Amino acid sequence: MRDVAVVGFAQTPCVRETDGTTNGVEMLVPIFHEVLGSLGLTKSDIGFWCSGSSDYLAGRAFSFVSAVDAIGAFPPIMESHVEMDAAWALYEAWVKLLCGEVDTALVYGFGKSSAGQLRRVMAMQLDPYVVTPLWPDSLGLAGIQARMGIEAGLWDERAMASVAAQSRAAALSNPLAQLSGSFEVDDLLAAEYVVDPLRRHDCAPITDGAATIVLAAGDRARELCERPAWITGFEHRVDSPSFGTRDLTTSPSAVAAGKAAGADGIEVAELHAPFTHQEILLRQALGLGDDVVVNPSGGVLAGNPMFAAGLARIGEAARRVHDGTASKVLGHATSGPLLQQNLVCVMEGRA
Amino acid sequence: MRPAAVVGTGQTHHAAKRLDVSMAGLCREAIDRAMADAGVDWPDIDAVVLGKAPDLFEGVMMPELFLSDALGAVGKPLLRVHTAGSVGGSTGNVAASLVQSGVHDRVLAVAFEKQSESNAMWALSVPTPFTMPVHAGAGGYFAPHVRAYIRRAGAPEHVGAMVAAKDRRNGALNPYAHLKQPDITVESVRASTMLWDPIRYDETCPSSDGACAVVISAAETSGPAAWIRATAMRTEPTTFAGRDQVNPQAGRDAARALWKQAGITDPLSEVDAAEIYVPFSWFEPMWLENLGFTDTGQGWKLTEAGETEIGGRLPVNPSGGVLSSNPIGASGLLRFAEAAMQVMGTAGEHQVDGVRTALGHAYGGGSQFFAMWVVGSERP
Amino acid sequence: MTKPLSAPLDVGFDYTRSTGPTLGRFLSDLRRRKVTGIRGSDGRVHVPPLEYDPVTAERLTEFVDVASTGVVRGWSWIPEPLEAQPLDRPFAWALIQLDGADTSLLHAVDAGSPDRMSTGARVRVRWRADRVGAITDIECFELSDEPSDEPVEADDVTMVTTPVHLHYTHSASPTEDPFLRGLMDGRLIAQRCPACEKVYFPPRPACPTDGVPTTDQIELSDRGTITTFCVVNVPFLGQRIPPPYVSAYVLLDGADIPFLHLLLGVAPEDVRMGMRVEAVWKPREEWGPTMQNIDHFRPSGEPDAPFDSYSQHL
Repeated sequence: MRDVAVVGFAQTPCVRETDGTTNGVEMLVPIFHEVLGSLGLTKSDIGFWCSGSSDYLAGRAFSFVSAVDAIGAFPPIMESHVEMDAAWALYEAWVKLLCGEVDTALVYGFGKSSAGQLRRVMAMQLDPYVVTPLWPDSLGLAGIQARMGIEAGLWDERAMASVAAQSRAAALSNPLAQLSGSFEVDDLLAAEYVVDPLRRHDCAPITDGAATIVLAAGDRARELCERPAWITGFEHRVDSPSFGTRDLTTSPSAVAAGKAAGADGIEVAELHAPFTHQEILLRQALGLGDDVVVNPSGGVLAGNPMFAAGLARIGEAARRVHDGTASKVLGHATSGPLLQQNLVCVMEGRA
Repeated sequence: MRPAAVVGTGQTHHAAKRLDVSMAGLCREAIDRAMADAGVDWPDIDAVVLGKAPDLFEGVMMPELFLSDALGAVGKPLLRVHTAGSVGGSTGNVAASLVQSGVHDRVLAVAFEKQSESNAMWALSVPTPFTMPVHAGAGGYFAPHVRAYIRRAGAPEHVGAMVAAKDRRNGALNPYAHLKQPDITVESVRASTMLWDPIRYDETCPSSDGACAVVISAAETSGPAAWIRATAMRTEPTTFAGRDQVNPQAGRDAARALWKQAGITDPLSEVDAAEIYVPFSWFEPMWLENLGFTDTGQGWKLTEAGETEIGGRLPVNPSGGVLSSNPIGASGLLRFAEAAMQVMGTAGEHQVDGVRTALGHAYGGGSQFFAMWVVGSERP
Repeated sequence: MTKPLSAPLDVGFDYTRSTGPTLGRFLSDLRRRKVTGIRGSDGRVHVPPLEYDPVTAERLTEFVDVASTGVVRGWSWIPEPLEAQPLDRPFAWALIQLDGADTSLLHAVDAGSPDRMSTGARVRVRWRADRVGAITDIECFELSDEPSDEPVEADDVTMVTTPVHLHYTHSASPTEDPFLRGLMDGRLIAQRCPACEKVYFPPRPACPTDGVPTTDQIELSDRGTITTFCVVNVPFLGQRIPPPYVSAYVLLDGADIPFLHLLLGVAPEDVRMGMRVEAVWKPREEWGPTMQNIDHFRPSGEPDAPFDSYSQHL
């Protein structure tokens, strides 16, 4: 198999609401220019394009179709789209590069969550016959999972608040973060519940945003990037949708993806955990010890652009390889209710 | 790139409303047939790829998530592809790449649409603020481009009716087809209601519930195999200044890349059967030109001469095609699967004699997304 | 820059779902005030019944009657219920293991206060009076150790209707905004791509061939040429004019891309590719930020444009 690396990454600021359309063009145009410009590339240098987005987030069928306007896709391009977080688009692009047909790929994801009522929109992901008709909201479901972990002794509200405090403190050094600041755990715990046992700080904010990654293979990667983040393990798995049959205090798909991707020796991990308890759960599932730096960007608790956030985790992790601050990193993405689907991308720098 | 082959295909009985099954049941009808055809069981499947057109059609956001038990995907990688109407084709190509890359040995590709859960016309035309509603309905988008083709190519008016009559007669040979009209004639098509002049009622595709599945493998299983000789995907914007909507560049580019990868220099003589995405009859001659089977402006002559019938020089849509069954998200994978069936010799009554090389083709959006593959009987 | 125009976008449809045999049995039994589970490959009884086993993927067929009473296995508290949720007063979401089942069902518990909720609490079904064969036939659960109402007779169901009503705010792009505001004044504002210099009407968020926002504004006249068209003879949902009528691509003079609009004031059989047309505007008091300010186009009486003048726009 060929070696493939993340060589470029750009993302928009994470904001509560953008003025633009739900087709992402206004968010994508500047980050395409940024990522291509930083690599000295133009659109014609890209062999394959792949994106991730959701029609239900936009409230319209085919919302991804207009997004290709941001590329300027004429002459025609080799292109594909997943109705998933763009981390899975990155996976499709990685596979394409492994096939050897092309040497470069640009992957992007975008989402304007502010356009709809996110808590209700996400109910559309549930079983349409016996669950969605009740309109369970994403916070209500996460609250059940959080309480199960608390009552099983796996985490508590203080540990959850501590995750939030760390996220916002880390985000102070991330100029694109939506939420950042210095917070005392006791002050956070003094807040009212939003959905008992979750407080506001336990839940990722509603965010509009987009992210993009450029992949390159072999020598092309070495030409483009001084220290490419070579992908050494890229795995994803899905669990049963029937969460009443699952042990919600862990995530078999995350455990399996982490094991298959080779999560040993990780120095930095960016985890896609939209709720504080899920960061603790994922650390346990992926076997990340206390020596692993988790979410130095602040993670999605500091800004959660739906359908781009998983891709951005991989980009943030890769950035630590690019800048030489780490040599083995992990980017994680999740999809579906209660961590149903999980993806792990392990990347390494080489001397 | 290592070789990959289709080793099993399956599809549902397509109908306007499959009210006897749930979405999971619909998918499994196709999957169970494909796995039986391939002679494989769930432990043999490494990953699953699901393709489907817009989520608004069934009113489920990312339905692969709630279907993961039924798709046998629990504990495995599951991808969801969505590239508009071409999605079935893209699903086949992505599944092929998972094997060709060496990532997996055996992959299940599934595509479905259960149009009866809602109304596609509604889902595609939810009134959006500031946007001019199209006053034309479903076929109204494509009918002006068909008119432009007829004018540019100087094609006689009966060619569209010939395609429709042929595809519906072929559909009568296909036990899974939604529409079976063995007695249809060019005259009866021409006598049918003019819906979107120049498109008549009998020249339009039905609206179907249905699913399709294929098993793609790095090695042969118990039965015959259709080896994937080439795949191609191309995209261009829906509209732009100076865009050729009749003969889009993206389709021409995809075809050129496809033939090159397959080592085919003269498609018309080297391809033995083609399953081409033809939702309105006139798209057969349009795509024959776009795919390079004929020169520009000449596609209709192949159709008019009867060369696209079973027994002709290039049988097109021996299965009956999209004009006989149209479960939107699955329609592309059906074309890909039917091409494989022709090569595997498993097409039954609509089998074309001696097929060694076949084309599967899909397109979507405003004729802007293209996905294709060429399958052959010989391991590359 | 002013914030681009935005407006509500409601996406609503009553989806009609065929249940298939497994879910059909479950929903039919709910109508009878009965709860039915199914036995999985590992022997566990699942409620709601699963159509396919999560471990083996095999189709499951062994139905098992369970009680309409059970125990809370996990819960959260919703102080402010959202639209269409089971209760309009504060309630708990709970995973409930019914007596006789091994896995849990998600539903609402009408507990009144979070102080009364606990994991391990006993609950029973509160049946809806007018049951149709849907998960909402269970109105909610209530805290109780007592059995629920007795089953009754009812016909089978094979379909379930699921209303989906979502509310969005749709925003125009910054490039569309001057175009929409121009329409409110009866002006047709196009934009030129700074790279390829093509004139887009309506303007796009970015030039589709260059991927850069269009910038220069150009005002166009309301005259143009029909590039191609179709005659609509078919009635369909939402149609506002009785067929037959003509839907045509209009290339405004000075624009580089045609758009679809109505062509009236001429018999459909007399419409030609290349026909010259002009806009017929609605009365000014009906104008808004929409191309529907132009009621339709009609022939201008000028001679037809030559084929070569628009053939590259087909």
